[in-house]
Amino acid sequence: MSRDEGLRRKDLLGIQQLDVDEIYAILNTARNMKQVMESGNKRTAYLAGKSVVTLFFENSTRTRASFDFAAKYLGASSGALSNSGSATAKGESLLDTAITIDHMATDFLILRHQVSGSPHYLAPRVQASVINAGDGCNEHPTQALLDLYTMRDKLGRLDGLRVAIIGDISHSRVARSNLWALQKLGCDVRFAGPGTMMPRFIEQTGATRCRSVEEAADGADVVMGLRIQLERQTAGLFPSVPEYVRYYSITEEVLAHAAPHALIMHPGPTNHGVEMETSIVEHERSVIHEQVTNGVAVRMAVLYLLNLYRNRRQRGVLSA
Amino acid sequence: MNLIITNAKIVHPRPLGAAHTKPELGTIYVVDGAFATCEGALAAGLVTADGTPREGTAVVDATGLYALPGLIDAHTHLRDPGQEYKETIATGTRAAARGGFTSVLCMPNTKPVIDNAAVVRYVIDKARREAAVNVFPIGAVTKGQKGVEIAEIGLMQEAGAVAVSDDGVPVSTAAMLQRALLYAADFGIPVIDHCEDLSLAAGGVMNEGLNSTVMGVQGIPSAAEDIIVARDIELAGYLGLSIHLAHISTAGAVAMIRQAKARGIQVTCETCPHYFTLTDDHCLGFNTLARVNPPLRRPEDVAAIIEGLVDGTIDMIATDHAPHHDDEKDIEFAHALNGMTGLETAWQLAWTRLVLPGYLEIGDLARLMSRAPSERFGLGRGGFEPGRPADLILVDPEREVTVDRFKMLSRSHNSPYHGMTLQSDVVRTYVGGREVYRG
Repeated sequence: MSRDEGLRRKDLLGIQQLDVDEIYAILNTARNMKQVMESGNKRTAYLAGKSVVTLFFENSTRTRASFDFAAKYLGASSGALSNSGSATAKGESLLDTAITIDHMATDFLILRHQVSGSPHYLAPRVQASVINAGDGCNEHPTQALLDLYTMRDKLGRLDGLRVAIIGDISHSRVARSNLWALQKLGCDVRFAGPGTMMPRFIEQTGATRCRSVEEAADGADVVMGLRIQLERQTAGLFPSVPEYVRYYSITEEVLAHAAPHALIMHPGPTNHGVEMETSIVEHERSVIHEQVTNGVAVRMAVLYLLNLYRNRRQRGVLSA
Repeated sequence: MNLIITNAKIVHPRPLGAAHTKPELGTIYVVDGAFATCEGALAAGLVTADGTPREGTAVVDATGLYALPGLIDAHTHLRDPGQEYKETIATGTRAAARGGFTSVLCMPNTKPVIDNAAVVRYVIDKARREAAVNVFPIGAVTKGQKGVEIAEIGLMQEAGAVAVSDDGVPVSTAAMLQRALLYAADFGIPVIDHCEDLSLAAGGVMNEGLNSTVMGVQGIPSAAEDIIVARDIELAGYLGLSIHLAHISTAGAVAMIRQAKARGIQVTCETCPHYFTLTDDHCLGFNTLARVNPPLRRPEDVAAIIEGLVDGTIDMIATDHAPHHDDEKDIEFAHALNGMTGLETAWQLAWTRLVLPGYLEIGDLARLMSRAPSERFGLGRGGFEPGRPADLILVDPEREVTVDRFKMLSRSHNSPYHGMTLQSDVVRTYVGGREVYRG
């Protein structure tokens, strides 16, 4: 890999900050990482002697486990902190917690936090590389990257794809990271979901706001469902689960509007029977389980490339 | 306190719609802390019969400087009592003096709330001991600003409160506002409202728009302000009573207030320098210094605010000086507190943003930042008429200032203008003829 190829930054805060060539560098590297995963011996030494800490202030199974495995497959030592078991439960601030971990010679700090912009706030204040594992409703960059990886892997290209994203767009960092990524790569993004969960100014981003799921799915190469948090119903954003299912669930009828080769995607975890029926999750065109596998490969690639940047900077090849 | 200021270009507040005037060179006489005529100065022995200052009279040569009536801020948070770690009466009024403000009206959302005569007297007594400029307390409309029971407005006024407001939150309901307007009217004390529909604004941290969408944070729609502006206008019109609307920030509010004035409704309002200077673009990158309530809006709102200042829809410029500790600002965006300091940059921003581009002339600033608040709140200041307290400032229009938020006199550093270069600065501030700031 040439020196120009890769990531040109200490932290991965969001897709918004990435250039197109950096996105492709991650996707290309992830392909090699997936080969590692598929080989008999998943243990490499690319990050030997490095430490990775996951700092999660929200519940997570797959993202946290995915980063944890990615770190282990690369040979790093990893640790985990969450709000319930850490000093933040005693009122310690996010910054104090992060600085404390930073002073334990941590190389990578993987943060999930309920406040948009939290990793952006921390990154300049710690020496560790900060990786955003989801901040509020802002970004979830590794999710978008694994989605891109999966689309390219299955469809053979990214440029010109039509992607329908269905559900609660307002509160979705997955929707935003995918929007920025897909737009950078020349895709057409179409959103559908209840008007109460659709940002009022979404079309100013260049996305298309559709009035029905069918309209969004029309001719789509990818139909992506988003997890709907059922507590949004009690918050009054939609009247009932049955009504949501009636109008916004991804069904065979919806898929009939999409391209014949269209992929079914979902970031998980899925509310079976709400965003889509179990039969759709397990549909022959569903790539939901592969997304999980690809997530590990993409996160390995991100760690690998950020580590290269750190090494180069340490050697003085780059100015800090 | 006696004083003579010579060679100043004297700026009188320009009444709305009056002919354009050029400030004229002249001499300002101060006798016993009040403005005086030349004859008055002669009678008091400051000058000889031919007008020459006598030996021993303090004389300031203001060649090249403008003299204006001291600025009056209708909207300051001094944080005292209860939040002295953000600001005190001593530090806040020194910031005011540095910014050219000779009087500040301080908001009642302190701890405890200024909602009774005892707290009003506390502020006035403390100000008498340690303030650099005049402090006029604003009392709460409702006890504890909780919007449930009307506060002791009469007793607060008797103790020295010049207005009432639940600032920080709107007066809770239309019914409560009606009660407040009816009750306050007999005391002749102005009611100020903070216009924000809390149900629409709940959870919002910046203006709702493309930027809030891109940042993935909850927005505050401009309609949240407009709806309460509409409520307040209609109520004031129905009752035939006056109301003052604080910190107007939206194009919609400006349009409604313009229309209300044309209908003869007694509504006055203020805006703040940040609403004619900054947009929600300043929030990008999760910049907590740009968090303020009402939030920074869009360029079209900024244009409407300037238009409202030009045509007189907006009556005055106030700062909404809202100091916060670094720990309350150097934090995650959604957790940061709303507000920005403003006393030390308001003049420079008004000049740079409004006078330099030709929207307003200096006499308009004397009206918007001095005469109008004085008249609205009955302060008897805001002009050079003999007998008025000699509150004035000298301004150098050529001096450039690069804002350094860490070198301000306020106890807090939360200025969003850090690093900006602004034109024009206050070089002297006098309260009752006594110099309280020299820059």
